[in-house]
Amino acid sequence: MSDSTKDLLRLATIGSVDDGKSTLIGRLLVDTRQLFDDQLDAVAHASQKRGVGDLDLSFVTDGLRAEREQGITIDVAYRYAATPTRKFIIADCPGHVQYTRNMATGASTADLALVVVDVNHGLKEQTRRHLVIAALLGVRSLVVAVNKMDTVNWSPTAYQSVVDEVDTIAGELGFANHVCVPVSALLGDNVVDVSPVSAWYEGPSVLGALEVADAGVWESAGAPRLPIQWVLRQDGGGRTYAGMMNGGTLLVGDTLTLLPAGVATTVTSIRAGSGEREDAVAGLSVDVALAEDTDAGRGDLLAAAPLPRVTRELDATICWFGDAPLEAGQRLRVKHTTRSTPARVVSLDGVIDITTLNVESTRELSTNEIGLARLATADALAVDDYRDNRVTGSFVLIDEVTNATVAAGMVGRASFLD
Amino acid sequence: MTVTPLRTHPSLDHLDALESQAVFILREVAAECERPVLLFSGGKDSAVLLHLAVKAFSPQRLPFPVMHVDTGQNFPEVLEFRDRTVERLGARLVVARVQDSIDRGRVVDPGPLGSRNRLQSVTLLDAITEHGFDAAFGGARRDEDKARAKERILSFRNGFGQWDPRAQRPELWQLYQGRVNHGEHLRAFPLSDWTELDIWQYIEREQMALPSIYFAHQREVLKRDSMWLAVGPHVVPREGEVTEWRSVRFRTVGDANCTGAVESDADTLAAIVHEVAVANVSERGATRADDRFSETAMEDRKREGYF
Ligand SMILES: Nc1nc2c(ncn2[C@@H]2O[C@H](COP(=O)(O)OP(=O)(O)OP(=O)(O)O)[C@@H](O)[C@H]2O)c(=O)[nH]1
Ligand SMILES: [Mg+2]
Repeated sequence: MSDSTKDLLRLATIGSVDDGKSTLIGRLLVDTRQLFDDQLDAVAHASQKRGVGDLDLSFVTDGLRAEREQGITIDVAYRYAATPTRKFIIADCPGHVQYTRNMATGASTADLALVVVDVNHGLKEQTRRHLVIAALLGVRSLVVAVNKMDTVNWSPTAYQSVVDEVDTIAGELGFANHVCVPVSALLGDNVVDVSPVSAWYEGPSVLGALEVADAGVWESAGAPRLPIQWVLRQDGGGRTYAGMMNGGTLLVGDTLTLLPAGVATTVTSIRAGSGEREDAVAGLSVDVALAEDTDAGRGDLLAAAPLPRVTRELDATICWFGDAPLEAGQRLRVKHTTRSTPARVVSLDGVIDITTLNVESTRELSTNEIGLARLATADALAVDDYRDNRVTGSFVLIDEVTNATVAAGMVGRASFLD
Repeated sequence: MTVTPLRTHPSLDHLDALESQAVFILREVAAECERPVLLFSGGKDSAVLLHLAVKAFSPQRLPFPVMHVDTGQNFPEVLEFRDRTVERLGARLVVARVQDSIDRGRVVDPGPLGSRNRLQSVTLLDAITEHGFDAAFGGARRDEDKARAKERILSFRNGFGQWDPRAQRPELWQLYQGRVNHGEHLRAFPLSDWTELDIWQYIEREQMALPSIYFAHQREVLKRDSMWLAVGPHVVPREGEVTEWRSVRFRTVGDANCTGAVESDADTLAAIVHEVAVANVSERGATRADDRFSETAMEDRKREGYF
């Protein structure tokens, strides 16, 4: 298989603090020989210096001084790996509740979540919170490593009780598929190769599961959407509109509507990094020329039918990361596609109880809570429901004073809340 | 859930996907920030970055200047490439000199043979303040180092130019938000998800020009700290050191006195791609003395404001 056509799986590790996410990624990378000799030496040297054994596998991704001192992951580490069949971008996320915003950062671009659960504890509240966030973000597939099996003498009953819990919540949250694997990240059993220590287990290793996992289902990519980033002046006076394609494939000759203005127009040419082309697929940065003379600019959206709705009121699911609670009436800034505009919280319509998955009424959302809110925006936005389009259905909220990003927002509500 | 996938279509070629992501980031930051600048050292990563920036805004001219932080200890081949490239593109070049920081008393002169590597941070931050830049594009990649592996694509710097790895902004989806208050700035890393191999495959595909020292050539070298250093004005043999001629090339380009050469016969892009694909030592491990000071050398320098 030629290198550039190998498919790419983006995965994020999720799960509660200390359940073994970083150790598992370290083990996967070491046992598939993804580390250079000097990197492996450096991990061994740092482990010995800190008196945590000959080789602390969590140090492969826990690269910050504070992380190594405290033995926890603070922020996401990205690692790149390739096996003969697949390329991987791995986001090793922190489990600690204080760093939930970093976990959401890592999971927001993932196709698959590699969930790590300590067999001794089962699904903790934080594991459930991560699963809820992953489901909201639209992750469809899970590989669940039931970890530290060495500490329960590879007991099939202990394993099964975690599997039962996982089956229940994966069903409730509507994941398309999930695979459980009993492992010892520390010792390497069932991580890359299936181990004889669990003769009773008949499934794949973690790597085996990752190599065949669904990298995303492409059957319904929806209608073409092109948020305009930049207007390019062409030599000789014309203009083209630059941005990254998203949704379905765009063809020269397609009719698009410029939103929010609502003006129809036709695509007369498409250009990408390598030159003129007839089509543009999702993920390609392009610039397009239009038949009609429009006053399109940054923040506008070019879309094919079915069109997004143009609105100044959004009902959305919010993951709140601000330090102070979010309350009705609060003013923030929204960044949606390439448009940024002031917004106000009209009402808070509930908070998700992580244990029951019910929506309870509330007056505020505290840090790391997930809730439902109605927002009013100063400028009109052209939005799709997040479940129909991740780009036109997502936004972030920005604190107007500090400019910090304080929330992830998804237009509409996830099906598990219906 | 029936959410449609966020990312790239499966038919999108791997290098096209990386190129598109980088172009998207370049356009987003250029649109959101008032005064961006692109850091251009003449090395391979910044050459790729500049190449992508030209694509992102063509046929317009680059909407920002490029800046080189000049330690005064560069390889002449690299400076020559820098000037040739900037002239070909008609780009505006700002040169910030470590020597000027020394002359102004901002940093202490380490002497003609001492390393000026760490002093660069002061020169860089002073230049950012002087020109009022609110965003600086860099060619750093997450696969280079364990601290870089932790960094956001848009990385916030406080009023002192510092990176605080414990308090990074969340960065959801591809919603890069570049708002900063006066005196603060961003570093933007469009090549975050590229590996060394991706860089070389892309250079080969695009048939890009590079400084000659990336290709195998005969050079007088000496072994110091288990690295081959090029003998020249910044590397003078010490007592007991012997010099010899070898076929070498450079995998990274930094200061002449702390960048090691690797033994190699790879004198074409195809040969380099092959060599990189089978390497078993990392690019910085093989060649950068500046990373060997301590376990967290890169993190410490980044906290101070380094690239
Ligand atoms: N016995 C045993 N210990 C394990 C296993 N996997 C991980 N551990 C230990 O569990 C502890 C936590 O491991 P980490 O990999 O740092 O956990 P983590 O999930 O990455 O933690 P955070 O990133 O901070 O959320 C370490 O002391 C590991 O050595 C395992 O399979 N068996
Ligand atoms: Mg961890």
